[in-house]
Amino acid sequence: MYDVIVIGAGISGSTTARELSRYQLKICVVEKAEDVCCGTSKANSGIVHAGYDARAGSLMAKLNVQGNQMMEAASKELDFPFERIGSLVICCAKADIPVLQRLYAQGKANGVQGLEILGKEAVMAMEPNITAEVVAALYAPTAGIVCPFTMNIAYAENAFENGVEFRFHTEVKKIQKVEDLFEIETTKGLLQAKCVVNAAGVYADRIHHMLSAEPMRITPRRGEYLLLDKTAGAHVSKTIFALPGKFGKGVLVTPTTHGNLLVGPTAVDIIDKEGTDTTAEGLARLRKQGGDHVRNIPMEKVITSFAGLRAHEDGHEFMIAAAKDCENLIDCGGIASPGLSSAPAIGKMVAEIVVEKLSPRFNTQFYGRRKGILSPARLSYADRDTLIRENPMYSNIVCRCEMISEGEVVDAIRRSLGATTLDGIKRRVRVGSGRCQAGFCTPKTMEILSRELGVRMEEIKKSGSDAQMILGKNKEWL
Amino acid sequence: MLIYDIVIIGGGPAGLAAALAAKEKGIEQILILERDCELGGILNQCIHSGFGLHIFEEELTGPEYALRYIEKIEAFKIEYRLNTMVVDICADKRVTTMSQADGMCVLQAKAIVLAMGCRERPRGTLHIPGFRPAGIYSAGTAQKLVNMNGFMPGKEVVILGSGDIGLIMARRMTLEGAKVKVVAELMAKSGGLQRNIVQCLEDYGIPLRLQTTVVEIHGKEHITGVTLACVDEAGRVIDSTREYVSCDTLLLSVGLIPENELSLKMGVKLDMRTNGPVLNDKYETNISGVFACGNVHHVHDLVDDVSKEAEKAGTYAAMYVKGGA
Repeated sequence: MYDVIVIGAGISGSTTARELSRYQLKICVVEKAEDVCCGTSKANSGIVHAGYDARAGSLMAKLNVQGNQMMEAASKELDFPFERIGSLVICCAKADIPVLQRLYAQGKANGVQGLEILGKEAVMAMEPNITAEVVAALYAPTAGIVCPFTMNIAYAENAFENGVEFRFHTEVKKIQKVEDLFEIETTKGLLQAKCVVNAAGVYADRIHHMLSAEPMRITPRRGEYLLLDKTAGAHVSKTIFALPGKFGKGVLVTPTTHGNLLVGPTAVDIIDKEGTDTTAEGLARLRKQGGDHVRNIPMEKVITSFAGLRAHEDGHEFMIAAAKDCENLIDCGGIASPGLSSAPAIGKMVAEIVVEKLSPRFNTQFYGRRKGILSPARLSYADRDTLIRENPMYSNIVCRCEMISEGEVVDAIRRSLGATTLDGIKRRVRVGSGRCQAGFCTPKTMEILSRELGVRMEEIKKSGSDAQMILGKNKEWL
Repeated sequence: MLIYDIVIIGGGPAGLAAALAAKEKGIEQILILERDCELGGILNQCIHSGFGLHIFEEELTGPEYALRYIEKIEAFKIEYRLNTMVVDICADKRVTTMSQADGMCVLQAKAIVLAMGCRERPRGTLHIPGFRPAGIYSAGTAQKLVNMNGFMPGKEVVILGSGDIGLIMARRMTLEGAKVKVVAELMAKSGGLQRNIVQCLEDYGIPLRLQTTVVEIHGKEHITGVTLACVDEAGRVIDSTREYVSCDTLLLSVGLIPENELSLKMGVKLDMRTNGPVLNDKYETNISGVFACGNVHHVHDLVDDVSKEAEKAGTYAAMYVKGGA
């Protein structure tokens, strides 16, 4: 029996679990996928928004600004990449300047620091590749970029280190409240808990309705992206937004924390909660629209495209609250953009609600720091030389494009909540995320996984249970 | 710091031929740097025959072709370092390498021959919509898994692109027990050698569909099929021709890109059309004493041509070193 079961090991579930691990609680995170960071949290812009977009007075606005303020300290404590590079909202028509002014005023009301409306010359000086049609822009120096995978993984790892259990391949099928306890039927058996945190992303409405009659509807809003090679990463130095429209913040162009250039997302509401497929229309639109506010994007340098689903709630608001008609069910739904930006504050808020319900004592053993995977590329040659002599695996490059060594791959597998799949390794140490897109490294990475996990090559998966990389041996079917 | 007359980056067919040519011109201090565990480069996984018809007037397999050069490298006692990655290279011809044997090591070259070869174009460059499941491989990656590791990506295969690697892999997958359902080619003509179309497809009854491409990938975790469609003269998809083909494997043979990341690092100018360095008639880049040859220069159809080009580049590198001495 658990005190708290958190459903979902995405960014919201992971930050919540980590904040709850500050207390003497028996906590379990259940996740239907094979790893943390497998849903919305793995396919988004990786932007830390300044906080001027959300309606003044909304929970979204409050948590966005708070999350943004907490991000730097969190990134240091948990060792994930975050850079406060600033953002620009580009306005190309005089008639639209009032829209910028409204955003500026809203940002002020939300408590966003340092906002400025800049004229054409100032914008062009800041970002030479902005369209010449720019007339003004909203500059937000507090905006930033984060590695969404590492951030999610870092919070989960730290939660695990502080005693939180994680169960993967565990999908919640049914929940009943029997007296004061939740009985949670999963694909891996029955679990019991005093309190349930619903951080199920695009499925948060389904989980919610297993227990509550209060309305909640989450629509998967698909966003497609193009990722460009690192040689295009300096095309812009800040996150460049178009003016916001009906479906949100529009197509942005941004450098990533790893030095690539990202163009996206589109925004199309769909029905399928698993619909992370890209579309011909979406990809074509990005190739065109990316250029609406940024000039000469070298589209020939696209190395991959992908799609993610935002958990869009009907009222476009975070639904973070204890359910009124079900004691000890805490919803954390509708975590669409700016969910990643708000995540440190979301975790804190959800934890506070749980703590109020269960009144636990502090966990005096809590240790809030997490050390990331050692990156030899950041060491001096002398230190790298010493490292190689201590552990020769750091001299064996597995991924040529990103220059990732066997030592890093092994660390990604062996550490707490370590990788068990190729995608898990990719999200932890970027193997396969470079310009050849896993062409050279795949056989090597499979061999390392096979050796480290003690499984046959045929059992190595790209992601979930059905994602076998190889189906047999030579001549086996002759 | 160790000083070499010529440092050759890459121990594939280009690097080996360049080294031998330079040696024959009397250069003593030559070093080949190879990141893999053996010399020969991509030839080692090309176990089919058809190499060497022009240079040796014999039909050799890839490893046999490589061995002819490796034996000479050994006979001439040309120095090479395996499992050695070049991590940095500067315009002043200082090369930083990393390996288990030598740790981080800085070398000074009088001349450099760039012979890093090429890589395959990945799916992402094609803008094929759909999911991103397991079971999609570039043809060369599949070739490595099958020929070097003995593992089969799947049983039912669709191949996109009729370049030589795609054709060779159509035959290999068939010989190893898979069913290759179709090879689709976007262009009106295959980019592969005629002999490969005959020997790899026609001999095995594998259909080649021209002006046809993959317009969608199905299957969320593992590929379950693709949608094929014809394209018109302008390359536009003709929607009425969309057709679902089930498969558990999609191999992509859609072009090769010279690997010039190191070249860029040292300031070598590239030709935006070929993605290879701009060379003068001595195979020299814009940096004096830095030469390039083989598939890092431009993608060749035949390895024999790579060897011939590399011999010239090695010869010019030798002349550069002698002239400068």
